[in-house]
Amino acid sequence: MTYILGIETSCDETAAAIVKDGTTIVSNVVASQIDSHKRFGGVVPEVASRHHVEQITLVIEQALTEAGLTPKQLDAVAVTEGPGLVGALLIGIQAAKAFAFAHQLPLIGVHHIAGHIYANALENPMEFPLLSLVISGGHTELIVMQQDGHFEKIGETRDDAAGEAYDKVARVLSLPYPGGPHIDRLAEQSDGAVEFPRVWLEEGSYDFSFSGLKSAVINYQHNLQQKGQEINPSHVAAGFQQSVVEVVVEKTRRAAEEYGVKQVIAAGGVAANKGLRSALEATFEKQGIPFYVPSLPLCTDNAAMIAAAGYSKLIAGERSDYAMNGRPGMPLTSWTRL
Amino acid sequence: MIWLGIDTSNTPLSVTLVDEGRVLIEHTDSFPSTHSVAAMPAIERIMKEAGITPNQLDAIAVAKGPGSYTGIRIGMTLAKTLAWSLEIPVYPVSSLAVLAAPGKWFSGITVSIMDARRQHVFAGVYQEQQPLLERHLAFDELLAFLHEQDQPVFWCGQDVQKFTEAIAASGFVSHFAGLAEQLPRASELVALAQHSEPAPDIHTLTPDYLRLTEAEVNWMKANE
Ligand SMILES: [Zn+2]
Repeated sequence: MTYILGIETSCDETAAAIVKDGTTIVSNVVASQIDSHKRFGGVVPEVASRHHVEQITLVIEQALTEAGLTPKQLDAVAVTEGPGLVGALLIGIQAAKAFAFAHQLPLIGVHHIAGHIYANALENPMEFPLLSLVISGGHTELIVMQQDGHFEKIGETRDDAAGEAYDKVARVLSLPYPGGPHIDRLAEQSDGAVEFPRVWLEEGSYDFSFSGLKSAVINYQHNLQQKGQEINPSHVAAGFQQSVVEVVVEKTRRAAEEYGVKQVIAAGGVAANKGLRSALEATFEKQGIPFYVPSLPLCTDNAAMIAAAGYSKLIAGERSDYAMNGRPGMPLTSWTRL
Repeated sequence: MIWLGIDTSNTPLSVTLVDEGRVLIEHTDSFPSTHSVAAMPAIERIMKEAGITPNQLDAIAVAKGPGSYTGIRIGMTLAKTLAWSLEIPVYPVSSLAVLAAPGKWFSGITVSIMDARRQHVFAGVYQEQQPLLERHLAFDELLAFLHEQDQPVFWCGQDVQKFTEAIAASGFVSHFAGLAEQLPRASELVALAQHSEPAPDIHTLTPDYLRLTEAEVNWMKANE
């Protein structure tokens, strides 16, 4: 049995978890700072970093206590190395170094997005080749994994991440932060939808662009305002969501077909979006390709996913050293096994 | 009793091992390196060279701020996590007091400063090592405070160089820390920690930023 302590502090969640053999969650602790950032309308990096220092040893202790394990029973420490907010990443990294040094354990730096992908390993065995749609507040990417530890990015957003677009449109509609779940809920209950454009980019491209869609929503609101009319927030939310979902689902479907994958998995906070999730489920059921989305607590940022991804590195014999730095712009390809 | 001392408050990095009043080893540098990269390897290296294993440590002293926000967080996170992991106490000490250590035999007023930009500083003012002031303030405000004390002043810290003209113009009887005394020394940090109290709870221990974040200041202004 291999027990890995995972630590994640890339944004506004301070998280620690213990995972057995890369597949079984033994404990999974997340201290969210969202209440603290709400008043600022978004995550303030300096505030996030300060909270991480207050929480870090507490969440690690809680992860050990809930697991009923002592540090001596652990086999490695895995920590998010990047991407993320640099000041926030550093807290998890320094804590991981100190813990690893104190207990003389191997240290493993983990790519945050790889973590989101490996979150699936905690619920379903991963089968390769695999296509992953990584969709969150910071990312919208299509990644092909021909085998364990290998990542090929075939498409990504050229401007806003999908989650960012959700937050911006939510602001236009005066919905509270974070806006994604509110738009999803409004769209689900709506009895109509405004028609917004779909952005497909060049033929065959797997890239995304959401900034034009966001502008279309803002223009629509301005036009109505000038005519002295009120917008219907549900119709706007539904129209926006339909546009995002249609493009994302279609590009994911085409990619799955082109690369002949055995599995499609969605990862990241926006993967929890009900409208997107059900559209993906329906599409891949028709295609006959197994499709998985981690359960909600594993979609959003957590440390179990970091431990799960760390396991893949540990068994491959890869280690990090005490000079590990936070890498805010760390490319996923740099984490590919050589 | 073996102490590990860590100061990463500003550009200088200083780590030390002290055993029963004897400095076993100390590493101090002040080139612009990244503490997030260099601090832990420096600790590992001095421990290896001194032949000390982690479980031989009895206490940790850490410079708790003020200083660079990222810098003080790195030292504090390392200190907290090591101390909690090893089940030993951690002693937080003012980074300004560490910087002012060279003035401990000076009979007047010892002042340590860190440049905080826009004519502001983090300043510590001490008499016989007792703090009269430790806060973030305008340099002019600091000069006004020193005027009231009406005593000779001993200036500490590398950033004093940035204020030499204003200091000369102030008319104080001023003395300046020498070249080697300008750096914060982790051994001085441990010496100060030995006369202070350990943190009552390691988990809730945080740096002393001595300043709110900009977002909080703006939010408070908007909600007054
Ligand atoms: Zn994430």
